[in-house]
Amino acid sequence: MTSGTAMRDIAVAAAALAILIAVPFLVHSPAFLDYIIRIAAMSLFATSLNLLVGGTGLVSFGHGMFYGLGAYAFALLMQRTQISLAAAAGCSLVISALVGLAVGAVCIRLRAIYFAFVTLAMQMLFYSIIITWQSLTGGDQGLQGGIPRRVLFGFDLNSQFHLYTVSAVVMVVGLLLLRHVSASPLGATLRMIRDNEPRTAFLGVTVWRAKLTAFVIAGVFASLGGILAALFVSGAYPELANWPISGQAIFAVMLGGVSTFLGPLAGAAILLALGDAVTRFTEYNGMVLGLVILFVTLGLRRGVLDVLTEALRRRRTGPAAGAAE
Amino acid sequence: MSLKVENLTKRFGGLAAISDVTLDFPTGSLTAVIGPNGAGKSTFFNLISGAIRPDSGRVLLDGEDVTAHSRGDIVRRGIGRAFQVASIFPTMTVAENLMVAVAAHRGQWAGLGRRFPPPGARVRAMEVADLVGLAHVADTLSAHLSHGDQKLLDIALALALEPKVLLLDEPTAGMGPEERWQMIERVQRLWERQNLTLVFIEHDMDIVFRVAQTIRVLCYGRVLAEGDAAAIRSNQAVIDAYLGTEEHAA
Repeated sequence: MTSGTAMRDIAVAAAALAILIAVPFLVHSPAFLDYIIRIAAMSLFATSLNLLVGGTGLVSFGHGMFYGLGAYAFALLMQRTQISLAAAAGCSLVISALVGLAVGAVCIRLRAIYFAFVTLAMQMLFYSIIITWQSLTGGDQGLQGGIPRRVLFGFDLNSQFHLYTVSAVVMVVGLLLLRHVSASPLGATLRMIRDNEPRTAFLGVTVWRAKLTAFVIAGVFASLGGILAALFVSGAYPELANWPISGQAIFAVMLGGVSTFLGPLAGAAILLALGDAVTRFTEYNGMVLGLVILFVTLGLRRGVLDVLTEALRRRRTGPAAGAAE
Repeated sequence: MSLKVENLTKRFGGLAAISDVTLDFPTGSLTAVIGPNGAGKSTFFNLISGAIRPDSGRVLLDGEDVTAHSRGDIVRRGIGRAFQVASIFPTMTVAENLMVAVAAHRGQWAGLGRRFPPPGARVRAMEVADLVGLAHVADTLSAHLSHGDQKLLDIALALALEPKVLLLDEPTAGMGPEERWQMIERVQRLWERQNLTLVFIEHDMDIVFRVAQTIRVLCYGRVLAEGDAAAIRSNQAVIDAYLGTEEHAA
């Protein structure tokens, strides 16, 4: 049974990847391919955040720090050293893991609201380092000049089509790995902590170790999203590390739903599509987005995907079972 | 496994919640801890299970000092506990609750290499569910269980750790009379079959006098009296401090 669910997830991922790779041959729209590339970055970011929020009950307001860290570490390594793209990406992930370990060690022992505030403070500290350390980061101008040596396993990432394919593969494999984490014994332990932390400790779990592991894993996958973002914008800019980017991930998680694994992916897709559509009609796009999020959180009280899966389950089990909820 | 506390003391501010308590719970004994509200009973359990640290005194497990060890370490040494308010994992089914406890007990909680549950965890979880009579609701979401079944699940979580000493904080709290007797009979059967050293806090005197081998009365953080049912029933200090007021209240 255990390996059965793993096989099913792999099959779903393979099917999704096949469809994604077929898209450029069916839809001849560069804007649409860009949209999917942005979803790839944002969905890794939001899904990794949900490992903390929905998976562990740790609401981080500073997760964008790792998104920004991935982008900056990667862009810097590409611009300042001669190592290959794959090596630069790998090094960036290791750096993010180490920073996650240090930041997490400070934060994870704090209770709910303090955890939220201290993670936010950490991100603001990181952001001000980026802004002030001009000689390294380019300050508020960001790392301009593009990313050289954009070649990965024969894919030339200067071509949108190749960048798209690589992004699709990274997204699907990344999400599959995150899925595996939440379905693993550690994932079950994180749900115990979310449900009832004192009881978890009384069952012999070293709670801080489980939380810290989750924090590091989430940071690494957020920075993987950041690397895709750096490739997409061809550089690294302070907006990728500023606190509104954390807000975007939280919006994506809330819009899509915390209790369904693909909820944050759906949320990221909705958020980006909404942003694009609204910007075309009005400059008050922030206000429109705010209203939509208010409607979803206050009106539906859950994410879109949570509501959909619930409705599906009701249809399957009949209205009686649904009414009993 | 025998449990012993020596000169245990815990103060909250100026108030001594537990004051110089020395008690011995021999291997395989069944003991009730009683006393009026605020007598320090739950604090006593919290001190033994490592939830809070004593100001002074020692907790000895088979003669070994486990004072101020972490909750996890004390659990691994064989002291399990259940809570006054059922402490379970509400978004999980009964089987999942027990499987995570089994995985925790086997040190597999940090595993990333495979999917949950680890091999054998489900079989063991069902054995434990069977022990407390929850096998028929194994796939029910634990939040949807009746109050009594949630209390049973709480005890089952402790049993999943194969404890040698089991601390039950008011196993019958919030139950009707009939349900109480069912619960306490289950507990008694567990104690017999699992060869446990069992300590329980209880307010229902009928249950205490009928079930417990030994009764320890706590009052204002001190041991007021100890002995079997007959001795406690006729102890004037206990009648004055506790039994008398109980009947008065009733």
